[in-house]
Amino acid sequence: MSEVNTSARGSLRFITCGSVDDGKSTLLGRLLYDAGVLPDDQLEMLNKESRRQHPDSDVLDFSLLTDGLDAERQQGITIDVAYRYFHSARRNFVVADCPGHEQYTRNMATGASHADLAVVLVDARKGLLTQTRRHTYICALLGIRKVILAVNKMDLVDYRQDVYESIEVAYRDLADQLGIRSVHALPVAALTGENVGGRTGHMPWYQGPSLLELLESIDVEPVQSTDFRMPVQWVNRPNQDFRGYAGTICSGIVKTGDEVMIQPGVHKARVARIVTADGDLTQAHRGHAVTLTLDREVDVSRGDVITDAARPAPEADQFAAHLLWMGDEALLPNRGYWLKVGARTVNARVTQIKHKVDVNTQAKLAAHRLALNEVGYCNLDLDHPIAFEPYAANHELGGFILIDRQTHATVACGMLDFALHRASNVHWQHLDVDKQLRARSKGQMPRCLWFTGLSGAGKSTIANLLERRLCTLGYHTYLLDGDNLRHGLNRDLGFTPEARVENVRRVAEVASLMVDAGLIVLVCVISPFRSEREFARNLFGEDEFLEVFVDTSLEECERRDPKGLYRRARAGELSNFTGIDSPYEVPLQPQIHLRTGDMQLDAIVDTLLTRLLPSENE
Amino acid sequence: MTSSFTHLDQLEAESIHIFREVAASFQRPVMLYSIGKDSSVLLHLLRKAFYPARPPMPLLHVDTTWKFREMIAFREQVAAVGDVEVLVHINQDGVRQGISPLTHGAAVHTDVMKTAALKQALDKYEFDVAIGGARRDEEKSRAKERVFSFRNAQHRWDPKRQRPELWDVYNTHIHKGESVRVFPMSNWTEMDVWHYIRRENIPVVPLYFARERSVVKRDGALIMVDDERFILRDDEKIETRMVRFRTLGCYPLTGAVESSADTLDAVIDEMMQSRSSERQGRVIDHDPSASMERKKQEGYF
Repeated sequence: MSEVNTSARGSLRFITCGSVDDGKSTLLGRLLYDAGVLPDDQLEMLNKESRRQHPDSDVLDFSLLTDGLDAERQQGITIDVAYRYFHSARRNFVVADCPGHEQYTRNMATGASHADLAVVLVDARKGLLTQTRRHTYICALLGIRKVILAVNKMDLVDYRQDVYESIEVAYRDLADQLGIRSVHALPVAALTGENVGGRTGHMPWYQGPSLLELLESIDVEPVQSTDFRMPVQWVNRPNQDFRGYAGTICSGIVKTGDEVMIQPGVHKARVARIVTADGDLTQAHRGHAVTLTLDREVDVSRGDVITDAARPAPEADQFAAHLLWMGDEALLPNRGYWLKVGARTVNARVTQIKHKVDVNTQAKLAAHRLALNEVGYCNLDLDHPIAFEPYAANHELGGFILIDRQTHATVACGMLDFALHRASNVHWQHLDVDKQLRARSKGQMPRCLWFTGLSGAGKSTIANLLERRLCTLGYHTYLLDGDNLRHGLNRDLGFTPEARVENVRRVAEVASLMVDAGLIVLVCVISPFRSEREFARNLFGEDEFLEVFVDTSLEECERRDPKGLYRRARAGELSNFTGIDSPYEVPLQPQIHLRTGDMQLDAIVDTLLTRLLPSENE
Repeated sequence: MTSSFTHLDQLEAESIHIFREVAASFQRPVMLYSIGKDSSVLLHLLRKAFYPARPPMPLLHVDTTWKFREMIAFREQVAAVGDVEVLVHINQDGVRQGISPLTHGAAVHTDVMKTAALKQALDKYEFDVAIGGARRDEEKSRAKERVFSFRNAQHRWDPKRQRPELWDVYNTHIHKGESVRVFPMSNWTEMDVWHYIRRENIPVVPLYFARERSVVKRDGALIMVDDERFILRDDEKIETRMVRFRTLGCYPLTGAVESSADTLDAVIDEMMQSRSSERQGRVIDHDPSASMERKKQEGYF
């Protein structure tokens, strides 16, 4: 067969999912076997392995075909998605065999994001389980609109029609609730092959197509909007005369001469050429990886989106979105993460978890954080506006990941829903007097000195003395003390990790305003998490922010215990106390590292002054 | 999708997208070039992705010193084109120790001359990302690997802690010393590769086409006698047979198949009829079960 034949219906990308032990891997192995695509040497290997794993049986264990990792074989489970490729006379297939264990839900979501269709397995003996509901929910969340329900292990319920039908009714009910409109259901027995590749006569009451026939015939229509959109991945500048913008078109069609807009922004141009290595095109469409040149010089960089000028994409920096949390550490509102959508990476934080979803009942529950595998509906705040589309209309411009800035782990996937109106209603007001002017009028370089360290480390004592010295020398200063701020600005905040994140965010924003006002600001807060100190750093210019680590050992702080807090924490009267039952993340590269144990207070302040003042004379 | 946008077009566009993402996101990218058919396709895609600019990364061939002579000749032709720099790295420690697949066996040879050599080269040039031509249909642990596959500073792969990889949004953030292996052809099958080679007229090493060659039957495989280093065992004799290669590695470790397919069309026809999988001729894959996974955890590509 030729390429033309197998691609006549396009490739179908699907996943198999369902609870552990529902027989997904077996079903998939069986499907490959029945489709006749298993090579002889793999069959031979399967024979050998089956006999080794099950010495008392001569039935082939098809799950051994896909569970390819050592740990998977040892435990008899699927840990990560396995991708398999096969074709029948009518179609090419890419199938992702997804893990059933709740622990590996993130891997299931990985598979689902690449699929047009899901085959959901249910064990006929057990009916719908939590994982059936969870996986169906995630399929719906990730925009899969077509499901094949395979009620498996029919051989173990005597092929009874009533068992099958009650499961089908229950599942259709679930699918309806979740907005999945297209469900094809069928009874199968993966172990023996009933209704997988063909029929064997055990279920004469089922007259519908086999699983393979269904997969061959189901059409998947693209979800997408049809307006032209292309995220710019790479600016191609081989020489002075060529400047092209390379990317993959994620929706619509572009023709030479079309007027396009560079977003975010208002700049327009016309498409001069559509360049490919196989020659210029007159038009290109969704899926094409091309390079566009424009008829005039406009500023375009990686992450921008080139769109139809007549129907540009919306732009915003605040969104409502669904988040599936994949991090081992919980999501903390207001912590800064990197958000990557298309080719753009920006800083983002979740400002509010509106609710989390119980995937079993779809009930909306109140939440202050999201733990591993939890789904929440959240408000997001980005530090730059982006051109976007709602996920339902365009996966490429509406689907994003969150990356932890410390560990670089991918901690969430998200689906943009809509822009929050307040984002478009709040504008920057232009001010005539700017930071430079304010600083010059004070004759100093504005700075933020950020003192971090354990409670009782000496932050306030040092800062206090430093401020006095600066004042005497004629500098304009202010001291933001964490304890003092908790009497006013941060009065509503406690000491949970979530509250500490918000505490630091507010202090950092205030410090940033004061630096803008031209002041030298001394900040004293424990600020136990690296992420938040990093967030603070990002609000300032390169040389404006100095992280000062007041490094006093826990033993020493506890010995001093100026406020009696350690004693109370040890007695169990205070919870979430840094150093006792709440972590302190030591700065890795502070600008100034004060080891207080072997230094006198005056010497410390002198050190700080010499670090602060030389640049004053430049 | 427009009907003229075929399955191969879709695969090509996906791969190009991945190449561009690598070039835009990393400091020092490299493309691993093993001279085989997948490498030929990969190089073709690399050129396409950045056209009309030159590819913004060099190629790296980890030479075990036991490659077929025709492969090395082919590599020199590729280097002679001049649009891409071709780096060659040989593990000199292994050469000094006289590591040879004939005397040390497949496992030791691969470990020293391929895995260790690759790590040496990546460290030497401080590459933070290496693109390879591996496909998920090759082997079971490959089928589980991400397109952007994270490696720690010791080049280790941890299959239980892979980054979730959604849509085509790739997390490219790493710390100093860590690296990423990227597989733009993850979703290609062997058949796709051959169809694409035919469609795009991509040159490949002539060893893929049947010809009369000098071979020895050893442990059920047909091993080609490529140079004077070959050691004939007592009960073996050199025969001339019409053979070709389905996959290319080190010549003493790569079995030929008897075939009359001496053109691209004939090769594709033969593949359609084939009932065996691609890597069955690879001695190295016949280690105990799941061995590829273990090798990969230790830094094998």
